[in-house]
Amino acid sequence: MKVEPATSPLLALLAGFISELRAAGLPVSLTENLDAMEAIQHIPIEDRDAFKYALAATLVKNHAHWRAFETVFEVYFSLRGAEYDLVDGEWPEGMDLSDFVDGMDGRQRSQGGGGGEAMSAEQLADMLFQALMRGDDALMRAIARQAVQRYAGMEPGRPVGGTYYLYRTLRNLDLDGVLERLMGQARQDAPEQLTPLEERLERDEFEARIDQLRKEVEAEIRRRLVADRGVEAMAKTLRKPLPEDVDFMHASREEMMALRRAIYPLTRKLAVRLARKRRHGRKGPLDFRSTMRHSLSYGGVPAEPKFRYPRPAKPEIMVVADVSGSVAAFARFTLHLVYAISNQFSKVRSFVFIDGLDEVTSFFEGVDDIGEAVHRVNAEADVVWVDGHSDYGHAFEVFWERYGRDVGPKTTVMVLGDARNNYHASQAWILKEVEHRARKVFWLNPEPGAYWDTGDSIVSEYGVHCDGVFEVRNLRQLEGFVENLV
Amino acid sequence: MSFSFADVDSVRKGLSDVQYLADEGIAGVVYLAERLQKPVLVEGPAGTGKTQLAKSVAEATGARLIRLQCYEGLDESKALYEWNYKKQLLRIQAERQGENPEGDGMWQQIEDDLFSEEFLLTRPLLEAIRAAEPVVLLIDEVDRVEIETEALLLEILSDYQVSIPELGTVAASQIPLVFLTSNNTRELSEALKRRCLFLHIDYPDLDREKEIVLAKVPGVGESLADQVARIVRSVRQIELKKAPSVSETLDWARTLVLLGVEHIDADTAAETVNILLKYRSDIEKALKEFASSDEEFAVPAAAS
Ligand SMILES: Nc1ncnc2c1ncn2[C@@H]1O[C@H](COP(=O)(O)OP(=O)(O)O)[C@@H](O)[C@H]1O
Ligand SMILES: [Mg+2]
Repeated sequence: MKVEPATSPLLALLAGFISELRAAGLPVSLTENLDAMEAIQHIPIEDRDAFKYALAATLVKNHAHWRAFETVFEVYFSLRGAEYDLVDGEWPEGMDLSDFVDGMDGRQRSQGGGGGEAMSAEQLADMLFQALMRGDDALMRAIARQAVQRYAGMEPGRPVGGTYYLYRTLRNLDLDGVLERLMGQARQDAPEQLTPLEERLERDEFEARIDQLRKEVEAEIRRRLVADRGVEAMAKTLRKPLPEDVDFMHASREEMMALRRAIYPLTRKLAVRLARKRRHGRKGPLDFRSTMRHSLSYGGVPAEPKFRYPRPAKPEIMVVADVSGSVAAFARFTLHLVYAISNQFSKVRSFVFIDGLDEVTSFFEGVDDIGEAVHRVNAEADVVWVDGHSDYGHAFEVFWERYGRDVGPKTTVMVLGDARNNYHASQAWILKEVEHRARKVFWLNPEPGAYWDTGDSIVSEYGVHCDGVFEVRNLRQLEGFVENLV
Repeated sequence: MSFSFADVDSVRKGLSDVQYLADEGIAGVVYLAERLQKPVLVEGPAGTGKTQLAKSVAEATGARLIRLQCYEGLDESKALYEWNYKKQLLRIQAERQGENPEGDGMWQQIEDDLFSEEFLLTRPLLEAIRAAEPVVLLIDEVDRVEIETEALLLEILSDYQVSIPELGTVAASQIPLVFLTSNNTRELSEALKRRCLFLHIDYPDLDREKEIVLAKVPGVGESLADQVARIVRSVRQIELKKAPSVSETLDWARTLVLLGVEHIDADTAAETVNILLKYRSDIEKALKEFASSDEEFAVPAAAS
């Protein structure tokens, strides 16, 4: 099928939208592109949510990519909105902020100052409080616009990112303070003292409303930035890696939360996949002898073919993980993944270190929440020896001395870390010894390959004694490695 | 071609008439599925109304629901069609017993007969294609079949037809509305995804969950439904092994109605939380979370 050149403005918009999705890493096939073009013939763009879902339904087939999609969508369709009668964040019909001021406390509003300009900061804060108290969405939206105009200090052409404006606006709104005031009011309004459960529910409700407000503020800032800089530039600024590609070492707080949410379904998927693999990969080559033996009972007819069942012994895994600072997150995810599939191994033992080393296997025994166990490891393991700066050499010494004899021909050893040794002695000979005894030794490094052996990184010094050194910067690479481990 | 739904809003309306509460996204995709004649792949956590969606769409449109429940090991003979060997054997036997005067031509005839309609066992996919009346085809939990088995579905999903070597191609006389559901235990093939519209159904937001409770739980009051939905929302914010699904919300609400509860206090919640949460560690976590009276906040604020 031939793709018609984008003739209508809407199709042109869609074309730009799709190429931005691709630039953001989302795989959009030709069929999907055509489906989207057809879809928007059926769903009016004014029906914003349905329109958004229609595009998503044709273009995004992986829920993990939803956020990336949404970001691009908001940029592409925020400004064009007005052009296509797509108005959100608009003042509610016939509403004027100053009406609220009147309605609220009966104070005389200053004349001639229609809109919010005439309001004092206190009045705006007061209105914000009322809007949140009542959960009035329309008013919240109006206030968000006001607040951005008043506090963000946005100027055309200024090369600052949206987060800066967001920060300025939110700081002025003092949402933490507002939350406490809301809670205070709720307590006052309640006939009796709130029970802890009621407290919690009230708080969650207010937090949800505040979150809504924050989103409105973000949307308003985005709208203004798009107006100022244009769609393409904004889309580019906001481009973020997909969750599976987020770098462990440089994940923001929010990305880290997304990663933690992603790890559970990932482990489940991996576990199911591996269990299946095992079940299906079971049939080996025809076992000729056994077939003949059984054929005797059929008068020599080989009626029942017999297969050799390969039963490779399950390996025993020893994970030795650096849990200092920037690599801690990486260690956490790896431990999580390894334990999630621990039934694939005959045994898993884990050790964590910074400059001292501690065995943490027992943390994982008999727990049904791996996440919780990993959390305990971080909180409770005894890993600091002198100063809490990574010392691989010393950690390996301790490992060798205490556990070296447990390394055997069935053991696969996985070392996790960036091999930044703070210029301590490497003691690489220990790894050499380990390699002699072990089945395999792998090193997983969360740093990009280009940084290896720069500064105090001595990954090659260790690497020569390993069966493989792998760059594992993100969930995608980690999943791949762990799957192959089995 | 006539459509069941005039616009997105009438999808919502139609579904809510049969007690299915759809949000804008769900309604939009259902509407689109009918217009574009494309299957919908519905994915999301268990118990969020994926299966029910297909059932409710069938009910709302007065279509016949045909369901293929997937499981590991599902094959062509259970999904598409199968030849009725027993009947074929009987037929051959009958032929043998009767005299057969002309040898060769006769066998040709028999063979043709054996692979005719009469001996065909129709399975859900073929049935959906051959039905004369409007059909909603539900292919439930498609992630449970092996990835190779997915190939069986592709022809139907893209061309609404089934090829049977002995009979030729059977094309649909009406285009069924197809829903595939997945709990996402594995990645589905690109080929399958490409043919479908994709719909992720998550836990409903507060208002929708409350409406679902009101629609589905007989005897529940407005205020109880509201409390249930609120508590469930808060519980879902805790990091749990398994967050409560809509089914569990409904079970919980039903229990509370049975117990005659009108206001859920901490004790009631603690006594019945095992209906909402399945893992001991989750229950403990939730109880701890909600019982802890945060000293700083529990004191009533002084009147200002
Ligand atoms: N939006 C909804 N409206 C009405 N009932 C719902 C809705 N979502 C879920 N339910 C109810 O929740 C229960 C679980 O739904 P089900 O479709 O079996 O979940 P899934 O297939 O996603 O695992 C059913 O009793 C269903 O009726
Ligand atoms: Mg289901």
